[in-house]
Amino acid sequence: MKTIITDFEYLPATTIKEALKLLSQHKEDDYKIIAGGQSLNTAMKHRLLTPEYVIDIKSLSDLDYIRFDAKEGLKIGSLTTHRSIEKSPFIREKFSVLHEMEQNVASVETRNWGTIVGDLCNADPAADPAPVFIALDAKMKIASSSGERTVDAEDFALDFFETTVQPGEMVTEIQVPTLPPNTGVKFEKYSQMLGDYALASTAVLITLDKKREMCTNARIGLGGVASTPIRAKKAEEILKGKKITDALLAEAALVASEETSPVSGIEGSAEYKKEVALTLVKRVGKEALEKARKA
Amino acid sequence: MKRELKIVVNGESYDFYIEPKTLLVQVIREMLGFKGTHQACDSSSCAACTVILDGKAVKSCSILALQANGKEVLTIEGLADGPKLHPIQQAFIDNWAFQCGFCTSGQIMGAKALLDENPDPTREEIQSAMDGHICRCTGYNMINEAILDAAKRLQAQKNSQPQKGSRSAKSEEVA
Repeated sequence: MKTIITDFEYLPATTIKEALKLLSQHKEDDYKIIAGGQSLNTAMKHRLLTPEYVIDIKSLSDLDYIRFDAKEGLKIGSLTTHRSIEKSPFIREKFSVLHEMEQNVASVETRNWGTIVGDLCNADPAADPAPVFIALDAKMKIASSSGERTVDAEDFALDFFETTVQPGEMVTEIQVPTLPPNTGVKFEKYSQMLGDYALASTAVLITLDKKREMCTNARIGLGGVASTPIRAKKAEEILKGKKITDALLAEAALVASEETSPVSGIEGSAEYKKEVALTLVKRVGKEALEKARKA
Repeated sequence: MKRELKIVVNGESYDFYIEPKTLLVQVIREMLGFKGTHQACDSSSCAACTVILDGKAVKSCSILALQANGKEVLTIEGLADGPKLHPIQQAFIDNWAFQCGFCTSGQIMGAKALLDENPDPTREEIQSAMDGHICRCTGYNMINEAILDAAKRLQAQKNSQPQKGSRSAKSEEVA
């Protein structure tokens, strides 16, 4: 089988300034930004997308970084590959949930070329990174020729394959705050095959008080169970200010599953996905709690 | 409008003009005739098209060729030393690690990238690094055996040769 992409005009950028200029010039045109293109190329082959212009930002090495300082937290440049995040010893130690999540994103070959921000911008609701960044309370920095703005990770996707990024804009950075003491974050996805998109996925963050008894903060991100990745805010409220028990987790998981609105597909029915989400919140919540106790 | 592509494939430099929509696999197979790189699923799902781009295994069916501009590509044809097969190729033969052979060049390139980075992998590390490679004939045990065997052969070869400087990993910018 051979599929052929329709013709487009290729506009490579080598600096951020150049990229923003190209974006501003083609604001009114039918363009797509390409980073690794690990989703975009397939979408173009299947003619789901037939852009007139493709703006290539893959070689913006200025945006390929993983930085940290205690005050400002973790900053991931938008051209950082999945594989760089997976292999970063710092991330493995301090933000292990990102390392664990990355290990099952597609395959090594895809992670070597694909970028984490490209994955987020593709906005497949079943992709892995978004629920984790929602649980981590991350922000996305978005730039255009007229300035910068930041958006909470939970508000980044608007619908299936749609994001808040407007014509003329591009994401330049993900910002993750430093984790408070006594915090545990875990992620799990359920998929039919290793490396597949999630049938349902869950990331849970739990922060405990100094005595490590009461839950002072909880954040729950869910993937694959709505038209966008979602935050289960009502379920979080059930956990906050209480001592977390199995019964309380089960109650929160039920509420979280009620906050989902999955659609049926070949991978599973909507009812089934709700059940999987419920099980995952219980399981991942317990793991996050264990981790917070040991943190 | 065609654009210039300068690329090194298996040690040879090439310079030509291509349509921007051209994928790396099309340059390798159709323009350069290295047909050992196979195009199967054409949707980034099977890894038969795996080549090594600047030291990293990638799926050549899912990369715009122009993104490889100025870079070095290694395909299955670049492994053997004249008539002498590369130790990974020989290990695949000796361990019966293929039947139809369609996925094999991708498997071997994936294995090469793994062993360049991690010369002594555990079985779990092999499984994790190779989990994107689909084989519909052998099952995967013999492939894992072949890679474990290849690691030993490469180690033995290295020990019998004078030491060369190893490629250093990209440094992290973490403060």
